[in-house]
Amino acid sequence: MSEPSEPFGGLTTTTDLPTAGRDSGRALRRFRSMFGSQSVALFLVLVALSLFFSALRPDAFPTIANAMNMATNASVLLVLGVGSTFVILTGGIDLSINGVLVFSGVIAAMAMVAVGGDSPGALLVGLGCAVTAGSAWGLMNGFLVAKAKIPALIVTLGTMGMSLGFALLLTRGVDISDVPESLVLTVGSGRVGGIPILVIITAVVFIVGMLVLAFTRFGRYTYAVGSSREACRRASIDVTAHLMKIYTLAGMLSGLAGYLSLARFATTTLSGHATDNLQVIAGVVIGGTSLFGGSGGMMGTLVGTIIPVVLLDGFVVLGLPPFWQQVAVGAVLIGAVYADQLRRNLRNR
Amino acid sequence: MSEPPLIDACGIVRHFGHVRALQGTDFSVGRGEIVGLIGDNGAGKSTLIRILSGTDRPDDGEIRVNGQRMHFNGPQDARAAGIETVYQDLALAPDLDAAANVFLGRELLRSGLLGRFGVLDKSRMVRQTRDAMSRLGVTIRPSAEVFTLSGGQQQSAAVARAAMWATSAILMDEPTANLGVMQTNGVLDLIRRVRDAGTAVVVISHNLPQILEITDRIVILRLGRTVGQVATPEASVDDLVRAMMSGKLGS
Repeated sequence: MSEPSEPFGGLTTTTDLPTAGRDSGRALRRFRSMFGSQSVALFLVLVALSLFFSALRPDAFPTIANAMNMATNASVLLVLGVGSTFVILTGGIDLSINGVLVFSGVIAAMAMVAVGGDSPGALLVGLGCAVTAGSAWGLMNGFLVAKAKIPALIVTLGTMGMSLGFALLLTRGVDISDVPESLVLTVGSGRVGGIPILVIITAVVFIVGMLVLAFTRFGRYTYAVGSSREACRRASIDVTAHLMKIYTLAGMLSGLAGYLSLARFATTTLSGHATDNLQVIAGVVIGGTSLFGGSGGMMGTLVGTIIPVVLLDGFVVLGLPPFWQQVAVGAVLIGAVYADQLRRNLRNR
Repeated sequence: MSEPPLIDACGIVRHFGHVRALQGTDFSVGRGEIVGLIGDNGAGKSTLIRILSGTDRPDDGEIRVNGQRMHFNGPQDARAAGIETVYQDLALAPDLDAAANVFLGRELLRSGLLGRFGVLDKSRMVRQTRDAMSRLGVTIRPSAEVFTLSGGQQQSAAVARAAMWATSAILMDEPTANLGVMQTNGVLDLIRRVRDAGTAVVVISHNLPQILEITDRIVILRLGRTVGQVATPEASVDDLVRAMMSGKLGS
């Protein structure tokens, strides 16, 4: 879905340049034709899972209500996943997204309390504050990663702690539940044509993210920076500036996710997002985006985010202990990274 | 040879602390000419190439391109003057396809509103890449991701990219290092085709038989000075080695 990829490699006639690399190219093509492009294979997994649960519980699983429930559960994670896909494509990582989400939600809640009332204006102020707060954290991540050259894992681990800590300091550890009712009733639980507004907003974010990644220069540079920083520098691409933009984008989407979470739960949920970052990264990586950067795409993130949600819902519907979902997702995550590593080894042979 | 050389570097000086990498080096290359730049390690070949490609700045001396005095403040300036460089590590992004690599940093955007949003004109880039490849006789599909290509094809892609943008000269550092015999021949043929299209080519190599095979003229550097140059048909490996070691050309 990302770069136009040729499922059968790119060699045409090699009359003037017969090659030693040809064998590895062939092995790679065989590997690819076996597994298909990862997001297609994953999509089939998703379909199979859905059919499986539907067959066992035709009354409970394949219902519109359940589908909407699952879509709502996936939506905040997917907004975060769009940002993380950009970050991981550059070969980076952002662990701070859950802290930034909570911090932005707290800022938005406090701003709306300060403005007072339940007007659309107050809601917009809240949105603006959440997005600005998220972007600021993202910019800081970007600066520390791209300019100060501190490993992204450490930078974002640090800012995750800092943003969560500040959120707890600002609230003294007590959730703010004074959220404007109109926000909860519209964005939080409202529907348009039967579809939750939360899901519609997420769909818009996802589609814009996918188009930007697949069709714009910004998206192209994201792949290029992840594929070879040196090639970018030689081509006079400002790698530092691009990385800062990417981390700022991820922070901004975390801010938006914080606002959506606030609307959905009608409270700041200070302790409700402890593993969001890991869930999001798992979704992106299961979706086939390489932790090494340079390859992957948004469709994979969509499917990779939805599969764990479907698994959890399916286990609940079947009456199985839902904790099995964590076990299954963990195993799939390891398998996905192993498959990616195999691919890398094949091409570097 | 009445027309002025395409690139004319005169009295180039570059010191790194106490190390005198270049001490008044002269170097020129003309249109449609392949010049070999040889010398022992530390002779200043790479420093000279870096200066001509804009990645390094000379302490003294002047560079003229098409007779015009140039001051390169970075690789983008050299590129604007039509000078492209193929580095030993090729500087390709392996996950991107050939067309994306050819246009890396020079992407074509769609016209109108879409272009304003930074939307790429992929089909035009693919078409132009295909045209350039076929003009140079390179059989690489524009949509082929670079990591699926063999070493020789990757090298060809890098040379073709340089050839596509170079309006005056291409500088190449060890263009056939790490390649097999067949692949090397393919790349050498490609370099000749680039020359025949009117581009000046500068080749650095330690491989003297190859320098003798492909170049039209050879410039020998020693300890940061140009110690001689010779028309390739009049040179032999022994002459070149002697010149590199002693600084004296000819018997």
